[in-house]
Formats: sequence, structure tokens, C-alpha cells
Amino acid sequence: MTKARRRERKRKSQTKARKRKASVTLRGSQCRSLRQRDTRYVNSMAQVTATAIPQNNPTPAPRNSIVRRGLDVLTIPALSILTAFIVSGFVIAFTSPEVLKLLPQFWQHPLKLLTTMHETVTTAYAALLQGAFGDWGAIWQGLESWLATGNATDLLRALRDPFESLVGATPYIFTGLAVAVGFKGGLFNIGVEGQLFAGAVASAWVGFSIEGLPWFIHLPLALGAGIAAGAVWAGIAGLLKATRGVNEVINTIMLNYIMFLFTDWLLSDGGPLRGNAGAPRTPEIYPSAYLPRLLPDPVRFHWGFFLAIGAVFFVYWLLWKTTVGFEIRTVGASPTAAKYAGIAVGKVFVMAMGLSGGLAGLAGANELLGLNHYMVAAFSPGYGFDAIALALLGKSNPFGVLAAALLFGALRNGATRMQSIATVPIDIISVMQALIIAFIAAPEIVRWLFRLRTPAQQEHEVFARGWGA
Amino acid sequence: MAPILELRGITKRFPGVLANDHIDLTLNQGEIHALLGENGAGKSTLMNVLYGLYRPDEGEILIRDKIAHIAGPRDAIAQGIGMVHQHFMLIPVFTVTENVMLGDESIVNGVVLDRKKVAREIRDLSVKYGLEVNPDSYIKDLSVGIQQRVEIIKLLYRKADILILDEPTAVLTPQEADDLFQVLRNLKARGNSIIFITHKLREVLELADRITVLRLGKVVGSADPQNTNSAELARMMVGRSVILSVDKEPAQPQAVTLDVKNLVVLDERHNVAVNDVSFQVRAGEVLGIAGVQGNGQTELARALTGLRHIESGSVSILGEDTTHATPRKISELRVAHVPEDRQADGLVLGFPVEDNLVLNEYYRPPFAKGLVMQREVIEKAAEERVQEFDVRTPSIFVNVSSLSGGNQQKVIVAREFSRDIKLLIASQPTRGLDVGSIEYIHKRIIEKRDAGTAVLLVSNELDEIMSLSDRIAVMFKGQIIDTVNADETTKEALGLLMAGMRDESAPPRAQTEIPDKSA
Repeated sequence: MTKARRRERKRKSQTKARKRKASVTLRGSQCRSLRQRDTRYVNSMAQVTATAIPQNNPTPAPRNSIVRRGLDVLTIPALSILTAFIVSGFVIAFTSPEVLKLLPQFWQHPLKLLTTMHETVTTAYAALLQGAFGDWGAIWQGLESWLATGNATDLLRALRDPFESLVGATPYIFTGLAVAVGFKGGLFNIGVEGQLFAGAVASAWVGFSIEGLPWFIHLPLALGAGIAAGAVWAGIAGLLKATRGVNEVINTIMLNYIMFLFTDWLLSDGGPLRGNAGAPRTPEIYPSAYLPRLLPDPVRFHWGFFLAIGAVFFVYWLLWKTTVGFEIRTVGASPTAAKYAGIAVGKVFVMAMGLSGGLAGLAGANELLGLNHYMVAAFSPGYGFDAIALALLGKSNPFGVLAAALLFGALRNGATRMQSIATVPIDIISVMQALIIAFIAAPEIVRWLFRLRTPAQQEHEVFARGWGA
Repeated sequence: MAPILELRGITKRFPGVLANDHIDLTLNQGEIHALLGENGAGKSTLMNVLYGLYRPDEGEILIRDKIAHIAGPRDAIAQGIGMVHQHFMLIPVFTVTENVMLGDESIVNGVVLDRKKVAREIRDLSVKYGLEVNPDSYIKDLSVGIQQRVEIIKLLYRKADILILDEPTAVLTPQEADDLFQVLRNLKARGNSIIFITHKLREVLELADRITVLRLGKVVGSADPQNTNSAELARMMVGRSVILSVDKEPAQPQAVTLDVKNLVVLDERHNVAVNDVSFQVRAGEVLGIAGVQGNGQTELARALTGLRHIESGSVSILGEDTTHATPRKISELRVAHVPEDRQADGLVLGFPVEDNLVLNEYYRPPFAKGLVMQREVIEKAAEERVQEFDVRTPSIFVNVSSLSGGNQQKVIVAREFSRDIKLLIASQPTRGLDVGSIEYIHKRIIEKRDAGTAVLLVSNELDEIMSLSDRIAVMFKGQIIDTVNADETTKEALGLLMAGMRDESAPPRAQTEIPDKSA
């Protein structure tokens, strides 16, 4: 929901509450006068029913309820992230060689052990944060030297890290949205990784096989090919579910393997898309199909990020503002009620899967056209699988997914720096991500840790259903 | 005698609603105390507080003169309080024994479940209280009435002696309800205390020792069933006089709207549920389908509205063949459907009230222009419908799941009745509703009839069928065994037909005489 819409609703509910108060008193007096002529009004019951019973609403909702609800929604994720950082800190400390070396001598030098632990963790996290959000001192210096000398090399080098976090977040945004759309439609699309490969291959093929087009035709064509390939690949699973009732979870997993091996074959020695280089990869695409970069090397930040932001708004608009989205959400929330409402449930399955796959394909096209410029085998580090965690973290809300993707992008990028400076293995980020998800999935742990009250809202929401939707 | 249970000043607030407002209630040992009130009066909230599902904002609970702190069902059970919910908490693929021992498992050798011991205890309880049930049956194979017995046995197995039953008869046939009352009397005779939540006046007068009436979250009075009557209780509940019968003019039937010929429909298990049924409904008349639940009425209504496949036969609505039409096509012929299962079919529980009010019109102007839904129009229409149909909700933006059952039903009725309709198919339109709402919905149905709508009413409530219908068709084992004019029949005659006896002079075992093609 947008801010403006919330404000609008709040205003409406307030005026309504005021109106209701006024009308209740009116109704009270009507009620009394009516009771005196008991026999005469029984025939005009319809009107009486509408007016004689005052609304059961003696306590108007508190004024700040919307703000409070917003905070309630954010509390658990924020505390989950905090807790995950704390627990990961211990993991970092107790896997560090220095700390392990000191551990047997704990009773002789307890203080030394603790200070070493403290140093290890702070160094690691400092490196992580610097890697994720940039070294602002260096950026400032770079800016000064650029203004003084006109040489932007230092500035760009300093800017690389924060922008790289955004570059890293971009595929997460697309794939997270893909899974979220599936969840909203009551579908669990585990095949995002395969659809991402399909999208990448298709856009690579369009990118290198067609020469001489202007960029404003070639680039959309390549992106479109990626979307279409992902949509078709996921649509197969949707179609099988709609017509044959095949479970999409198993189906999309199987389709993943087919796509991985299919791309392996395409890129293998003698395969149809194999380039001239010695490695299993396609030829390079023509620059007319590149997603343009905004800044010179070494900053790799490209237009794909804005495309992803656009996708967030598009998915929000589609799900909450259009009839298509209403149908997807209805099927996801209650397939039986959807059927009753005249929605062709099977059609919606195919459509939701296609949409989900299209977003996944766009993730692949984005990586290919924005960064690599050619397809290699096994080119994704598992964006499609992390996306499931992202969609859960973002509660299947497009903006929640955006926030979660930015976080994951920053963590992944910061981890590289952490590894090089603090020699903490990059895998610790996977531990951290897993912990965040675990805490989000089990909010009771966080509530217990921080002694939070169970929100009153929860007592109402007994009817939880579906895949995190 | 000291009360076994005492509630003092219980107050519970929900955002925007004061559900319980300083409620005092006492329960004596060995009595059946009826808690009477409309939907949304706060009965279920109060009992959920007592059972530890909600925490009260104010007030205290005393059990056997001691203040009790009940933080959850576990505490409640430990204090001897047991609750049978409106929707049963049973696992269909487990046996009766397994369901009873769930959460309180009896174990031998540290690891092995002692099913035999539990089964024996269940048999003992069955005999003691007249709760006939086979411990080895699977829940999914049992009728609703028997499932309810299992719920009661579950409580007795846990040694509960204060039993709360939340609208226990809402899902039962009249015979099953009578059986339940006998069981409750047995329980009472053995010293158990019972709180019986309901809004059915007849049951209260028949069963209760004491009556407390709630309205809008407050206790509005209590009564002794010996010295009161239905009209007085209804007035207390609703806050005004209620007419318990429906005033209506004789019907003016016109052209045939719904024409059903030789319809055959299968049920979930592929048995014949509707067997060669033919009938017509004309514009401006109400055809009631009476029958004991499970005689094919559910499948008939679902088949007519496109939700179930039709094996053979034909259906035409306003001259158009709809035998294999989609639900949307049928809806667009201006057919409204109040479905039997409001929570599964009629509503999307996770959606706000406003969306549920346009659930089958969301794609059409004025609610959508092309692809884009018109929120302003939807909200305006929702506000109007909530006002007109007196749906009690804090706002149109809250999820429909947080409304009481009666108000959920009103949301459906508001949606279906505010369209311009030619045919209304209403299945159990007032199941689980309070008198005020029933009266209101009945009135709207007759209004639709008088406006020239053909109405097919399917109901298990004989009173409802008799007061609304112009003609009554009785279904038995998938067939319509007779169709009678409503003003030429009696409750007794219909009762016999519902039991499968076509002729009043027929011998009591007449069921066997009806050719049973469904077997």
C-alpha cells in the first residue's frame, strides 16, 4: 500500500468514526421512541433493522494505529537481523584460528581470549560494513582529488563497493519478485534458477546472433527474449498443474535439471551456442544489446538496477491494482472461493507461473546483458534458490522483497571484503542469511528473546494459509 | 451452593471493538447454563477468554472459589475446563482413539503408544454417558454428529468437568441435536457443569437450567426457562420485538426461470448423489428443497451453479442451456448463489470486506475499467452495502475473517442481493445466524421473490423452508420424492417425507420401498 493511500484510508476512517458517533446517538433516541409504539413498527422491519441496532464500536481505533502497525511489521525483521548478526558474531569468533588457539588456556588468560574474540568480530564486521556500504572517507578523498586534479580514478575506485552492493542486489530483486508472485498465487516456484538460465540463454542468443540493430531495438528484443524464455519454461509447470494437477513443486525442480543440462549441452564442445573461446561459453553479445553502465570502470553499476525497481512497482501495481492481480491473489488465498467467484483457476495458475518465470528470466537477461555479456555454464551462484528466502523475508510484498534483496546484495558484497581483510570465510554470510530466515520464520523466538508482547492483531489472524503469502 | 466457576468483570477489547464489557457470569455445579446472544454479541469471545485463547484486558476468573490464571488451553484443561469448538479440531485421517489421545498420549515401555488402553477408556465413557462411538473408526468416515461426540469424549478423557459447547447444534440435524441433548442431560446428572452457547431459542428453553443473555458485549439479563418464552428472549437478545414468522403475500408465479430435467450428479466419492431429478422454478416463486442433510441437496445446488460436473440431464436458465456452463457464465445470466459453505466458497477469509463484496463482479464496470480496478468505486459500493445490510464491521478494510459468522454471511448476502438478479440459489442461507439476522435475510428473500426473482431455497431447517417456500420439494437419497404446496402441508407430513415415507399410511420401514438407484 502506498503512503498516500494509507493516509487516505486513515482520513476516511476518522471521518467515518465521527459520523458514526453522531448517528449512534440519533439511533438511540429513535430506538426509544420506537419501543413505545411496539406494535406499529413491526411491519417496517427492514428499515428498523438497519437503524435500531447501534454499531458495536464504542472505542474508536487509536489515531496512530497505522504508524504503529507499520512499526509492528518491521520490528520482527529488524530484530531478526540484529539477532542473526549477534549469533554470527559468535560463529565468527569461535571459528577464528586465533581464538581457537587461545581456547585451551581460557582459565589462565580469560581476558586475553575475550579481547581477541572482540577484535576478531569487530574487524570482521567493520570490513563487512565497509564492503557493503563503502568507505566514506575514501569516497570523500576521491571526490576532493577529482575536484582538484580532474582525475576520477580514486573516486571511482572508492565508489565501486557501494554500487557493487546494488549490482549484487539486482538479480535478487527480480528472482525474489518471481517467487513472491508465485506465493501470492498459491504456487511454490522452486524453478526460478532454471528459468533464470532459460532467460540468460535466450537473451544471449538474441544478443550475439543479430548484428547491426540500433540499441533501442536490440536491447528490448534481448530482454524480451529472456522474459519469454523464463515465462515459457515456468508456464510448462503451470500448464501441467492446471490441466493434469501435477504438483508444481516437483515439476519445477525437475525442469531445473533439464534446463541446467540443456544449457550445458548448448555450450559444450560442438554445441550450437558454443563460442570460439576454449571455455564452455557463448560468443560475446553485440554492444547494442548491452544494458548500459552509468559510470566508467571499475564501477559496474548498470541500468538493470532501475529496471528492477521498475519491476517492483509493476508487480505491486499488477497484484493490487488490476483484475489480473485480484485473480492471482484470490486463487492464492482460496482456490474454492475463486472457483465460486467465476475465476478460471487453471488459467490463473498458468498466468501466475508465466509471470513468475518471466521475472526469473529477466533476472538472467539482466545479469547477462548488464555484466557478463556472454553466457557461461553454471553462471548463477544460486540467485533462484536464495530468492525463496528473500520472498519469505519480504513477506511476498514487492517492497519487502526489494528491502530484503538490498540487504542480501549488501551482505554478499561486504562478505568479499570481509574475506580479504579479516580472512573470515565468505560462507559465513550463508550462515547469517540462514539465521535471519530462521528467526523470521519463527517470530516467537525473537519475541521471547526481546520480551515482546504478542500483538493483539495475531489473535485475529487464525487463518494462516499458503506458502508464506 | 458455591459456584464452580465465576467470571468477574471480564473485559476484552479488539481494535475498534469492545467485545466484552465487564461481564459477570456464574456457573453452578451440575447445571446447564445457556449463554444466549446474537452473532457478534461476544459469546465466543468470552468463552475464548475462559479457555485461555484470549487474554482479558480486565477482570478475573474464579474456579472453585480460587482465582485462576489461564494462559492457554493447557491451563484451562488442567483446571477441568474443556471446550467443543464450533469447527471441530479433529484429524480426519486418524482414528477416534488416536484423536482422543492426541496431546495426552498414553505410553507403554516409554515409546509405544497404548492405543488399547485408550480405546478401552473410550468404550467405558461411551457406556457411561450414552456416547455411542467406535474407537477404531476413522474420523473422516463419521457423520458430523458422531464427530461431535468424539470432541466431547476428548474432554471427558481429560477429566474435564466444566464443559463449554460453542454453538453445538449449528451443524447437526434435528435428530442429532436431540441425541446431543440427551448426552448433555446425562453429563449433568453425573455432576458435570455445562456452558451452552447458542442463539436458538427453542434449544435454550428445552435444555437450560439458567439463561444469560448477551448483547453488544454486555450482559443484558438472565432468565429462568420456566418463566420465560421465545418472544421475550428474542427481545432481550435483539433489543426490540422480533416477528418470528414471515409475512408474505401469495406468490405470483410467472415464466419458468430454472428448468431442470433428469439431472444426475455424483458426489466426491463418485457415488450418485442426485438421481434423475427434474423440477422447474418460476419467476416470482420460492421453491424450497427440504431434506435431511446428505440427501443430495448440496450436490444439486453446486451442479446448478456450475461448481460440480453434471453427469447427465440438462439445466436451462431463462431458456439458455447451462448444463456445462462455467460459474461465471451462470453468474452473468444474473444468477446469485449463496453457497452452503461460506468460509470455503463464499468468502476469501484473508481478504478485506470490500474485496469480498465484489468477489464475482470485480472484473466488470464500474468496478474495473479494462485491467485496472476502480478502488474508489469499490470502496463506495462497499460502504453502501455495509450500511444497507447492517454488516457489523469496524471498517470495510478489515479482513472478513475477523467478522463473526453472522456478519460474514451478511457480507455474502449483501453481495448477492445487491445485484439485479433473475434467479437466486440460496443454500442454508441462515445457518448459524441469530434471530435478528435470520429475520432480515428472510425478508430480503421474499422481497426478491416479489420483485420477480425465481428463488431456489435449500435448507435443513424445516421452519425456514415452511415459512419462506411457496412449493416444497423433499429430497431423499438423491431423488425428489414429492413436491407439495407449502400451505397445504404440515411439519409432520414433511418430516415423514424427509425420512423417505411417501405416504403417511405407509409402514414405518418405508425407506426400503423407495427404489434406491444410488446404491
